[in-house]
Amino acid sequence: MSVVVIDYNAGNTRSVFYALQRFGVDAEFTGDPDRIRQAGKVIFPGVGEANTTMYFLRSRGLDQLIPALTQPVLGICLGMQLMCAWSEENDTECMGIFDAKVKRFRPDKGQKVPHMGWNTIYDLDQAMFAAEIEEKHVYFVHSYCVEKTPYTSATCNYISPFSAAMHRDNFYATQFHPEKSGPVGASILKKFLSL
Amino acid sequence: MLAKRIVPCLDVKDGRTVKGVNFVELRDAGDPVELGKLYSEQGADELVFLDITATKEKRKTLADLADKVAHHLNIPFTIGGGISSVGDVDVLLQNGADKVSVNSSAVKRPALLEELSYRFGSQCIVAAIDARYDQGEWIVHVAGGSVPTDRELFSWAREVQERGAGEILFTSMDHDGTKQGFAIEALSRLSDMLDIPIIASGGAGTMEHFAEVFTSGKADAGLAASIFHFHEISIPDLKNYLRARDIPVR
Repeated sequence: MSVVVIDYNAGNTRSVFYALQRFGVDAEFTGDPDRIRQAGKVIFPGVGEANTTMYFLRSRGLDQLIPALTQPVLGICLGMQLMCAWSEENDTECMGIFDAKVKRFRPDKGQKVPHMGWNTIYDLDQAMFAAEIEEKHVYFVHSYCVEKTPYTSATCNYISPFSAAMHRDNFYATQFHPEKSGPVGASILKKFLSL
Repeated sequence: MLAKRIVPCLDVKDGRTVKGVNFVELRDAGDPVELGKLYSEQGADELVFLDITATKEKRKTLADLADKVAHHLNIPFTIGGGISSVGDVDVLLQNGADKVSVNSSAVKRPALLEELSYRFGSQCIVAAIDARYDQGEWIVHVAGGSVPTDRELFSWAREVQERGAGEILFTSMDHDGTKQGFAIEALSRLSDMLDIPIIASGGAGTMEHFAEVFTSGKADAGLAASIFHFHEISIPDLKNYLRARDIPVR
């Protein structure tokens, strides 16, 4: 099975590539549209700012290519946010795979923004998570979050409940970083690879 | 619930850990990657690698370190030490660092924080602040704590937040190395006045000190070096201790 990690201008796209290497998956790190289309699995990682990143994706045609993919696709962090319809971060129109809005956290009662660190996820969709992941800690670092939607496949409660993961058809996404979430994160990535 | 983070800090010089760490479990305790991996397996939530190399090869040494750590660890890590430009940070993030910490260079040229947060996002920019309490005021120091500045801790902390830092790593020079506990009052004041997370550093000696820094100190993360390196506190014991006191940990 071939796995492509989409290489684009976002920060830290390499971490997930290294995570795959750690469990012996020799992924390809590329921005080439043909290679992405032909892959068995596609991972769309990233941290960074929504507007400049969407601008870059549009300039490469990746904003059209990614929503048209039919193999399993996993968006991570900013990747998940860009798969939504719109982001409050610099009023950015995104790819619209998930009909959902991305909004900024408002700091509240000593709860800081960014939401940074290990938090628990719950109400898990079995298509995406093994049952034993319920209430386990995973690593988050973000200032914007996706509201709860019918596509929400895991919930995290920080300031208020938000989408920790999403799923629609062949599209999967996590707000947290499975590649940085220790053994729990590794098992989530492996489950995606086994789809 | 968001867990309080336990953060071991490793000092690195020329790609090797310093401060005489002594680990029987490790083949090579001087290898920062091996030591980092051990901490990660013990349940550390995050690691900080502080580079004290002072050579021209520094940028490459740091990039190599980031690359090695990113290959082998599955928890987040921060790299700091002499980072002073967008180019420095770009190289480290490209090599897999999750966050970078800047200290003296931000004091010298505060606009650096805006440049970095604009380019890479606040979430990966940690402002490290070293301060000493002197005549009723916390005075910010640079160059590894050796040079006092005309800046005061709380106004500088507010400024780094406004300029785009995503987190503050505050070290009390008065408490550092004493093992008498963290600078609780200053930490709690920082936490109350700011919206970004605070990593407390300096003074950890007992498990009780961590409980204190997460409750009355209101810190989001507690950093320590020697007490972990010299087995004075084990991370699993510390987590159990905190859990028993209803402090959320992973």
